Amino acid sequence: MTPASVLEHILSQHAEMSATAEVNWIRIAVQPSWLPELVGQLAPLWTFAGIVPENDPQPQSVRLLYVFYAPKGPWLGIEVRNHGQNVPTISDTLYAADWQEREMEDLFDVQFEGHPQLGDFVLHDSHWPEGTAPMKRHSWEIRQKVNGFQDLGTPRIVEAPGSFVMPIGPIYSGTAESIQFGLETVGEEIVFAHIRPFYKYRAVEKLLEGRTPAVALLIGERIDGLTALAHALAMAQAFETLAGVQISPRAKLLRVFWAEIERIRSHIQVLAGILESTGLSVPANLIQALEEELLQISGALTGHRYLFEVIRIGGLRRDWSDADIQSIAKRLALIVEQAQRILDALTFDNSFLDRLEGVGTLSPEKAGTHGLVGPVARASGISRDLRIWQPYAAYDQVRFDVPVQAEGDGYARFRQLSQEIAQSYRIVQQIPRMLMPAGEGFPGDGFRITEARTAFGYAESPAGAVLCGVSSNRQGMVERCRMITPGLVNWHAFPHALRHFAFQDFPIILATFGLSVADLDR
Amino acid sequence: MLWLRKGLNQPVKTLTVKKSSASTLPGLSSGRPAPTASKNAPLATICPTHALREQEGMMDVDYARCIHCRRCHQPSLKNQMAWEEGYHWAEIRSPSPRLPGAFRHSLHMRVVDAGDCGACLNELHQLASPVYSLHRLGIAFTPTPRDADVLVVTGPVTVSMKEALEEAYRAMPGPKRVMAVGSCALSGGMFASSFAVAGPVERVISVDIAVPGCPPPPLALLDGFRLLMGTASEGPVEGTVKP
Ligand code: SF4
Ligand code: SF4
Repeated sequence: MTPASVLEHILSQHAEMSATAEVNWIRIAVQPSWLPELVGQLAPLWTFAGIVPENDPQPQSVRLLYVFYAPKGPWLGIEVRNHGQNVPTISDTLYAADWQEREMEDLFDVQFEGHPQLGDFVLHDSHWPEGTAPMKRHSWEIRQKVNGFQDLGTPRIVEAPGSFVMPIGPIYSGTAESIQFGLETVGEEIVFAHIRPFYKYRAVEKLLEGRTPAVALLIGERIDGLTALAHALAMAQAFETLAGVQISPRAKLLRVFWAEIERIRSHIQVLAGILESTGLSVPANLIQALEEELLQISGALTGHRYLFEVIRIGGLRRDWSDADIQSIAKRLALIVEQAQRILDALTFDNSFLDRLEGVGTLSPEKAGTHGLVGPVARASGISRDLRIWQPYAAYDQVRFDVPVQAEGDGYARFRQLSQEIAQSYRIVQQIPRMLMPAGEGFPGDGFRITEARTAFGYAESPAGAVLCGVSSNRQGMVERCRMITPGLVNWHAFPHALRHFAFQDFPIILATFGLSVADLDR
Repeated sequence: MLWLRKGLNQPVKTLTVKKSSASTLPGLSSGRPAPTASKNAPLATICPTHALREQEGMMDVDYARCIHCRRCHQPSLKNQMAWEEGYHWAEIRSPSPRLPGAFRHSLHMRVVDAGDCGACLNELHQLASPVYSLHRLGIAFTPTPRDADVLVVTGPVTVSMKEALEEAYRAMPGPKRVMAVGSCALSGGMFASSFAVAGPVERVISVDIAVPGCPPPPLALLDGFRLLMGTASEGPVEGTVKP
């Protein structure tokens, strides 16, 4: 069975399910009651990306698109209209949908029948009354609670003599992002772990409504500053699809060029974090200095150290001479070589390996049920990568491998990052030779979106798949924009990796996941 | 031991700052728009964060809002804002921002992420790298409020982080100072109009030093710390990273 044959089989069995071709995906409208069965049939071969909401012509209803994708296959949107009624949960068959449903409930007031834990998720109940549903249409007036703050703490599951919950956060160390952990223990070992995210909720998806594509991009790249370019790319591609803009071959290659530089820098930053968490400050400093060098190269060439405002709809903000591109590729060679030398030396350092090996293990099964993405998934044996599965920009023209590890422990994640740096470097080296002559520049903001419809834009950010679902209106503004980020997907599985490990392993396991809270909270 | 030796064998990476020309350091700072005569400036409406304001023939820039997106400085425009290089961006916001003399050689900061995108935090984190080597100035991060002299706040202060920020400020002993970092923390930046944002830091606790930028580069952050510690600022400088 292939993903395509599964889909064909489903459609042939249900004549009443109609499939319509949308601009870059297939819409399949179904009755809410059929959803669990359909999802059960799709799920083994199709990857669930998340739920993208669309406006329904009927004001009291919202359309939910359950988005699925497969290697080289089309993007599917299973459409369910809620009409103010309950929708059956799918999180019992597809655990990856758990947080997606909780989010939809909190933001849109869609009730999922059978979901065990709804409410108090994105909007902390201490600040907003339950049922606020800010993303619902016509919810202009969003009231905050006036009565003060209560420490919410985290729930407790373990009931054993001597058990206690150790709360950590939301503010806890150095330059760490704000999030709360609750580690339940009966002694040395973490028996159960919870996380309480969304302290940093900035309501990005609400903020995007009614914006022009150009301004939306400025917001989109500030969702997660350390992988800004990937987010901008996903979003720009959605707008380009809506406007029917063609991207020049040179622009496509340059997008790949900078996207891979961002990946190298982001991986180096995560690796520096891992080294720091194990107390190896000398190599951590050496690696961090390389990160700074990459930031400086980016800053000198693009005008922004974190590559903000490099991607523009239709191309890039500027072009570079071939000599510039070649010289970056050369400098990169030195940086990557130094990084690999440090990382290779670490693989002979027993005290370092002891801290990572067999620690924070996430089995392929767990990674699968959570639908994980990015290096974290690939370190647990799941070779999911949008650059291969759904080649965008110029990824179908460059040669590279996607490394995979089997163990799913901290050391596997460490090796995964290090091997991915080598592959990204391989891509960067190919590009100078492939570039068409510089010159004509890239089309400016001269594109127009004239139709009200929904398109998907996607990119493999350093941390994993980013999916941007945009509904435009006839004036070319954003009607709805959904950002499904690797943070939102991968944090969901993180507490499982903590179970049965010792307290002192917590910061190390956290570092090996390389998770961004900003990316989760949005 | 092995790593100590490896570390000592590495060439010096720390940035050396020369007091010479006023030009900038490529890659160390993005630069930002400079006030420009109105007749040469683009329309204020081009700015997505409403940072441009016309006053007496000059187009002024409100740096608390500017995210240096370069929309007012692109070749396709007939009139462009001038672009200024450099990084001396820190501004004093209170009557006595400077900490007493004893802090000239030692300062502990506690960082509060009040909704940061990650880039401002990472620039703060970069300060500890050998390139900027914050420790040589006697500045250190501390997770405990009791040891903190300065609270460094990044992000637009989300509704859910507001109390945690107030609490962090309350828990610090005096004399204490607050440094707000990034256009998010100073004006809300791109997130100013979000319903989930409680407002810039100064609406929650009083701010002594403002460091604008999106994100402000590490050198601009050091500039802010110098104002706090009362050490001399270096004036327009040029620097290179020694290989
Ligand atoms: S750089 Fe961008 S944010 Fe700053 S003044 Fe110009 S247009 Fe406004
Ligand atoms: S000011 Fe810019 S870089 Fe800093 S947190 Fe805000 S969006 Fe991120």
